[in-house]
This record gives sequence, C-alpha cells and structure tokens, in this order.
Amino acid sequence: MPTLKDLATRKDPLTGGHRACAGCGAPIIVRQVLMASKEPVVVTSATGCLEVVTTIFPYTAWNVNFLHNAFENSAATCSGIEAAYKSLKRKGKIKAEKINFVAFGGDGGTYDIGFQSLSGAMERGHDMLYVCYNNEAYMNTGIQRSSATPKGASTTTAPAGKVQPGKVQFSKNLTEIMVAHDLPYVAQSAVGFWRDLTTKAEKAFNTQGPKFINVLQPCRLGWAYDPSKTCEIGRLAADTCIWPLYEVENGKYKLTYKPKEKKPVTEFLKLQGRFRHLTKPGNEAIIEAIQKEVDRRWQNLLVRCGEAPKAS
Amino acid sequence: MPTIAKTGNEAMAEAMRQIDPDVVAAYPITPATEVVMIFSQFVADGLVGTEFVAVESEHSAMSACVGAASAGCRVMTGTSSQGLQLMSEILPIASALRQPIVLCEVNRALSGPINIHCDHSDTMAVRDFGWIQLFSENAQEAYDNILQLVRITENEKVRLPGMATTDGFIISHCMEKIESLDDAEVKKYIGDFKVIKSTLDLDKPITLGSLDLQDYYFEHKMPIVEAMKEAKQVILEVGKDFGQRYGREYGLIEEYKLADAEIAMVALGSTCGTARAVIDELREKGVKAGLLKVRAFRPFPAEEIVKALAKVKAAAVLDRSDMFSNQGGQLCCEIKSAMYDLKQKPLLTNYVYGLGGREISLEDIRKIFAEQQGTASSGKVKQAVQHFGVRE
Repeated sequence: MPTLKDLATRKDPLTGGHRACAGCGAPIIVRQVLMASKEPVVVTSATGCLEVVTTIFPYTAWNVNFLHNAFENSAATCSGIEAAYKSLKRKGKIKAEKINFVAFGGDGGTYDIGFQSLSGAMERGHDMLYVCYNNEAYMNTGIQRSSATPKGASTTTAPAGKVQPGKVQFSKNLTEIMVAHDLPYVAQSAVGFWRDLTTKAEKAFNTQGPKFINVLQPCRLGWAYDPSKTCEIGRLAADTCIWPLYEVENGKYKLTYKPKEKKPVTEFLKLQGRFRHLTKPGNEAIIEAIQKEVDRRWQNLLVRCGEAPKAS
Repeated sequence: MPTIAKTGNEAMAEAMRQIDPDVVAAYPITPATEVVMIFSQFVADGLVGTEFVAVESEHSAMSACVGAASAGCRVMTGTSSQGLQLMSEILPIASALRQPIVLCEVNRALSGPINIHCDHSDTMAVRDFGWIQLFSENAQEAYDNILQLVRITENEKVRLPGMATTDGFIISHCMEKIESLDDAEVKKYIGDFKVIKSTLDLDKPITLGSLDLQDYYFEHKMPIVEAMKEAKQVILEVGKDFGQRYGREYGLIEEYKLADAEIAMVALGSTCGTARAVIDELREKGVKAGLLKVRAFRPFPAEEIVKALAKVKAAAVLDRSDMFSNQGGQLCCEIKSAMYDLKQKPLLTNYVYGLGGREISLEDIRKIFAEQQGTASSGKVKQAVQHFGVRE
C-alpha cells in the first residue's frame, strides 16, 4: 500500500493548470491511479472531459506518454500499444523495463459506446489496466444520460419533466459485468477515498493481465452541487451503499469499505441538483424504489463478499 | 526469384509474412478473411515475429493499429467492405497522426443489400481520408503493391497510411502464377522501420491526439495535403526502382497501346486485364484502341491522366461504383475535373458497371469500344453516364 509520503515523492503524471472545472473529480482519479505506479506508465484516453481538459493544443497537462484516438476505443488503442511493447521487447528493439499501460474512459466511453472495445481487450488478456472515471452521464457533451446514470437523475436527454421524473431505468452494473469476464483483478472505488483507490491501483499494477477499476467521480456540473463537496459526495455514495467499495481478486470478493452506519439514500440525493425534483410531493415512490434497489444490490454484494449469509 | 501459384489473398498474406510486421491487428471478413487466416497460421507456426491481435471488430483492428503505430511499430492489417467502413472513423486519425500503416483491402460491394462480391464502393467511400490507394490488376500486382507500399508509406516525405486493393473473388480467390522475392531480398528491400516518435519512448514523453481547435486544426491538415503531393513522386520513384531491381516497373498509371490510340478505356483493377484482350483483338482489326489503367487513385494522378488521354478522341471511363450524386462514378468525376481547363478534351462516357460482382465480359468490353468508335466519328457523347449491364 503506498503511503502519502511515497506518493508525495513521485513525479506528478498530470500537471496543474489543466482546464477541468473547479471541483472536478477526474484529475483526482488520474493522479491517484497513476501515482500508485512505481513503474513508468503509458496512457490512452477516450474522447471526453479528461481528454478535452488536458490536451488543448498547443498545451498538454500530461507528463507521461499519452495517446487519444477516438471515443469508443480507448481499450483497443491501449491494447495496440501493449501489443507493440510485447513485440518490440521480444525483438530486442526496446529496453525490457516494465511499463504499466493504462486506458481511461468516462462512463459514456466505457459503459456504452466503448463497451465492446473494452470487453474485447479484456478478453484478449492484454496486460493493461482500464479505469472508468464514472460521472454517471455524458458530461462533456452537456449531461446526457448514459447506462451508468442512476434512476431518477435528471439529464438533458432524460430530463425531469411534467410526466417523466428523470431517468426511468436503474444503472447498468458494469463492475459485475467485468467480474464476469473472469479478470484477475476488478475493483470499484470512489473519489474521496485516496487510500482505497491508490491501494487498488497498486494492486492492479502488480497483477499480470487485464484489470478493471470503476471509480465513481462526482461531477459538480452535471450533478449540480457546490464544487467544494466533491469528496464529501463521493464518500456519501459509499456510506449510503449506493456505490460500495470492493474488489474481486481472482474471483474472490472483498469489501474494502464497510460503512459504520448505512445511511439512507436521501443523504446522497439531497445534496445534488440532478435529484432535486425527487423531493417534490408525488415522487416518494421513486426514492423508495431507489432505496430498494440499492439495498438489493448491497445485500447481494455482502453475500458475495462473505459478509452476510446466502438467502435460503 | 521463385515462381509460385497463389491466389490474390495468398499473395498478400505471403507479402505480409515476408514483411514480418511488428504488429498485425485484424478481423475476418469475406473475401479478405483468408489474408488474416493465412497470416494467423504463420504466427502460430512461428514463421513471423509479429504480435497478432485478433480483435473483436474492424473498428478495434484499426484502433489497435493506431495504438501500435504510435508506439513505433511497423503495422499491417487487412479488410474489406463493411469492415473498411467500420474502420472508417479511425482511418483519418491514422493519416493525421502520420502513421504508415499498410492495409490489404479486398474490394467488395457495400451493404445493402448485402453482397460479398466485387465492386469498388468500399474503397471509394474512404478515398478522402488521407490514405494512399493502389489498385491491383492481378495477384502479382497485389504482391508487388504491398511490398512497395511499405517503402512508399514509410518514406519520410510521405509518412501516410496506405491500402493496396484487389478485386474480391476475381483476384482474391483466383489462382495465378506469380513471381515472389526471396525472404532475404524482401528484408533488404523494405529495410528497418524508422521510428520518428513513439509513445514507448519514456525519455521524451509525448501527447498525441490533442484537442485541436480553430487556431491550429487547419495548419495540422496541411501536412497531409503536402505529403499527398510528395507521394506522387515517391510512388513513381519506388515503382521505377522496383522495376530496376525485379523487372516489373510501376507508375501512377499504366498505358497499354495508348500512344496512338483514337479510342480508349480507363479502368481500375482486374477489368484492365479483360480490356487488354479486347484491345489486342481490335488492334488486329486495325482499330486504334488503347487502355489507361489507373493504379494510384490516391494520390490522384490528374496531370498524368490528362497527358495520357490528350490525343484520344473518345474514352470510356469505367467506374465499379456509383456516387449517387447523378454524376456517375468517382473515377470519371475526378478525370472530368482534371480536364476542366483543357481547350480540347476527349469525349468521355462514364460506364458505371459491375456493381455487386456483376460480371463484365469480353463481349461487354467490345460493345463499349464499339460505342466509343461511334462517339469518335459523330463527335457527340450519346449519354454521359450509363449504368452498363444492368437489367431494365
């Protein structure tokens, strides 16, 4: 586990002065993941906020090798670099030092349009880490719903209106889908838990083969909250069990954060503008449905982690 | 120089084996599947040192190619039709990043309706993406074009990706006698890959694929414009050098009995072979007929075509694709555009033919030449664009 002192001595892979919004969680994720690597890293990114705010020509915020190709192919692009590395190493054309290959994508580039590319790269077994900075909507194009958007959230393509209360469906459980790929390492983390995320990233870098980490990233613009509350909201997601922190190492589940007291989902919802309409009279059933689904998923996870007995 | 019997696909795969690229990322599609299959066997048998990435789609194939090329590798792939269209989002990214990726393309009609046979709609649909495009008349040319493309695309003045095409089934699946080079000769001919910049160079970190807005994008497109201009000369030099080394010289275009021709045919790919046979017949009868084969479609050899057709009275331009613009096919439109400034120009008739693999026979070519004789003597084009061989 990297200590704060370790991290403080490592070179910052992403320089300040990039153009992310105040309070953006994405650069926090990038730093915490990449600084957990003791070895050099090579990074790819999907089209999206991260790429846009860090690479406006002629500037770059990246102190490491970085390639942006297109929206839906961060994983395939990264797999190409990893294949190149293997080939050139085998032929003795490059030094044999270990490099960690990291592909980033937002939830749009990961859950939706880039899902096939991700699944393919993971199945092929490339030695790479895919990190989803999951802000639960297409934030770069202006807050459109994705399959990661939670039920009830208002987005610009599933807005809260007179007859429809935001997104109707629950979010897709991508982390479990990646677990079903039988990867050696899959984890879920959130902004606001630096030790949890850096530990998981380090573990991923120490694991040979394809790895996936899904990191919840509060988005002050799309979630509509005070920019100072990014970490607080990330922590509330875990404390309400809306976004549990866990890892699956070679198929073995482990809860990495167990809230002292499981808070009601309203504690998480009430701080965010995207859920504001749910507090209006008549929408109680939606909050109830959200709570019920969160409880169901949490209970399933507890069973998988060996923290609760299997229901008979 | 060994003489071997190969289909077009086998010839391309054989060229790939001899090139021994660092990375190949590919996905199967009829009629190009064999290229990938045969190459996979080379990998499985340890005949190449290539890292083969058996991706889950053509989109990922080209994406992985771009990733691998960014890392300083010699990279190849192969595809056809829908596969090329699925790649098409990434094709202009590869050229913008100045990556000399070589693609074995087997021309096949586009869906829909779905059809697996030859026409040129797939290759034509990606003509404006900054890729070199060479058409092959037969398996020998497919083999030679792939080898030359390595030299052309990797030339410092060019550094653009390129595709060599064969006609689906007509060339890809027909066995022909070809002369191949020895493995050692191919190694010597293509030389080592020169890395200009690499995402694996840890001492000099680079950012590739930046967001590039109004104040730089235009300037960053200009090097492609310039490289395409340079590419014409480089294709000529490489083709001439290939001739000096191995006896088969190549240019941007090829003229067959065209010098004194009064009527001519202009075509791409395998149809040129059929045209040659008819021209020989016509010449025996004293008809001054000739052929202009267009080998390079990108860069487009406008000046060369204009010059080659300068003395011709009437020419049939054959397009195995339609632009659905009411203007016929791409080849004819580009030729007409190239001739705009001429005071005296040949009478051009555009024949859109062979869509979805509809066969073009010797008799068809005879008929087209007969129509050119009529046009030449009357001085009038009957119908500027004809859809030839289609049932009413």
